[in-house]
Amino acid sequence: MKKMPRLLVWLLPLASGLLFVAIWYGVRLVTGLQSWILPTPLEIIAAAWRERQALLAAVGHTAVGAAGGFLLAAVVGFGTALLLGLSRALRSSLYPWLLVLQMTPVIVLTPIISLWAGPGLPGIITITWLISYFPIVANLTQGLLSTDRNHVALFRMYNASRFQELRRLRVPAAMPYYLAGLRIAATLAPIGAIFGEYMVGNSSGGTGGLGYLVYSYNTQIKIPALFATALTSCLLGFSFVAVVAWLNWAVLHKWHDSFERNDH
Amino acid sequence: MIPRLPPIVEFTALQKRYGDGPVVLADFNLAVAPGEFVSLIGPSGCGKSTVLKLVSGLSPWTQGELTVAGTKPRLARDRQAFIFQDATLLPWLTAQLNVELPLQLRGMAPAECTAKARQMLALVGLEAVRDYYPRQLSGGMKMRVSIARALTLAPQLLLLDEPFGALDEMTRNRLNEELLALRARSMFTALFVTHSVAEAVFLSNRILVMAAHPGRLHAEVKVDFPYPRQPELRGSAEFQAKVNEVSRLLHQVEEGSTV
Repeated sequence: MKKMPRLLVWLLPLASGLLFVAIWYGVRLVTGLQSWILPTPLEIIAAAWRERQALLAAVGHTAVGAAGGFLLAAVVGFGTALLLGLSRALRSSLYPWLLVLQMTPVIVLTPIISLWAGPGLPGIITITWLISYFPIVANLTQGLLSTDRNHVALFRMYNASRFQELRRLRVPAAMPYYLAGLRIAATLAPIGAIFGEYMVGNSSGGTGGLGYLVYSYNTQIKIPALFATALTSCLLGFSFVAVVAWLNWAVLHKWHDSFERNDH
Repeated sequence: MIPRLPPIVEFTALQKRYGDGPVVLADFNLAVAPGEFVSLIGPSGCGKSTVLKLVSGLSPWTQGELTVAGTKPRLARDRQAFIFQDATLLPWLTAQLNVELPLQLRGMAPAECTAKARQMLALVGLEAVRDYYPRQLSGGMKMRVSIARALTLAPQLLLLDEPFGALDEMTRNRLNEELLALRARSMFTALFVTHSVAEAVFLSNRILVMAAHPGRLHAEVKVDFPYPRQPELRGSAEFQAKVNEVSRLLHQVEEGSTV
């Protein structure tokens, strides 16, 4: 494939974004919709500024819930995948039930989670964990089972123990898969946290995170502020993905082919 | 003359078959004396790589006997090392750490691992790229790291499965010479699988020509050029005659297999 000029890589999304905003204003002009039904981008930005304190406090709350659930999923997911990758018997007995868990819509489980984990942060973290857990397990398990056959033969030749084989071969070889799982989980975790706040959030003191703001602005019909909340959520999502992208770079850039440079 | 030592590898009427599938090796007999350099050459499907897998204990057989250093192949693993066609370096480790790997797996002290691996890398001329990752190395360099890794534990028996097959001819020739120099230093026995007749003649004191379907021994050629062998050997008439002899045997086998 021919490489795109660097300038175009930046200009094209900017142009399509401007076009989108123009259409947005066009729709407002043509239909004459009220601001509280379809606010203009400027009205949204104004609302974001007006509500900046609420939004900032809320995004902090949500970040805590999302990070907690994400880390839990990263750790528990790692452990689960190790178990699944280690033994065929465990894989056969556990994987179908993981699928059942994944196939159950989390929304159905929220009342139960609220009952068991309690409302507020514990419930939010549990929901976030549930949503971001599976892609991590699925990816890492796949990675642990994709070890190069010659590498395995090499370790067998050196009489390596199963633990040595796991620690020095299978786990490092599966790192790109694990990070791919984390990347998917990072896009899901803020969504999970906001959803959790909306469903089981603790609204005491009015600082219940972005999910609670959605609920609150909706009941007050503050539609521009709702759009501003969406914008804030989007930024939170991007920062999660950015952290994982950095982690991915830190772990892989020295050796993995996905970071191949042409300087050698 | 070398006194007659018990063979380090001995196949006796060995048969290898996958379940009810085709016979991979039939009535295979081979005794390799310590210090020998034996090459296995033949068309694909002749079981030459299987011979190496059997010796390394990575693969079971169906009938007959096989001993390595007088014992079961699996129990003799710490006396042997395997060099694969692709260098099979771990991409997330530097050249240095790749060479340290067998030492670390053996539980050697870290300082000792570092020193020993350094020494091995120097021996294959790679001190300068010690901290490079495999993807930064050329094919020939990767293979040198692989050789250094295989030799760190000073194996008595080196198994090489077409190690230089993917390299260009110049690099291959140079690595052939380096391999013989390393062998002069540490006197390992070598079982070498290759597709290249010239390479087999240059390296070996014995070449086994194998036939396919079922995999079996077809002919054996002794190569009497004294070691150390110099690169100029390749230009000599005797060398060419040996190459022709082996090539002729190889043609017989390949014609036989198409009938």
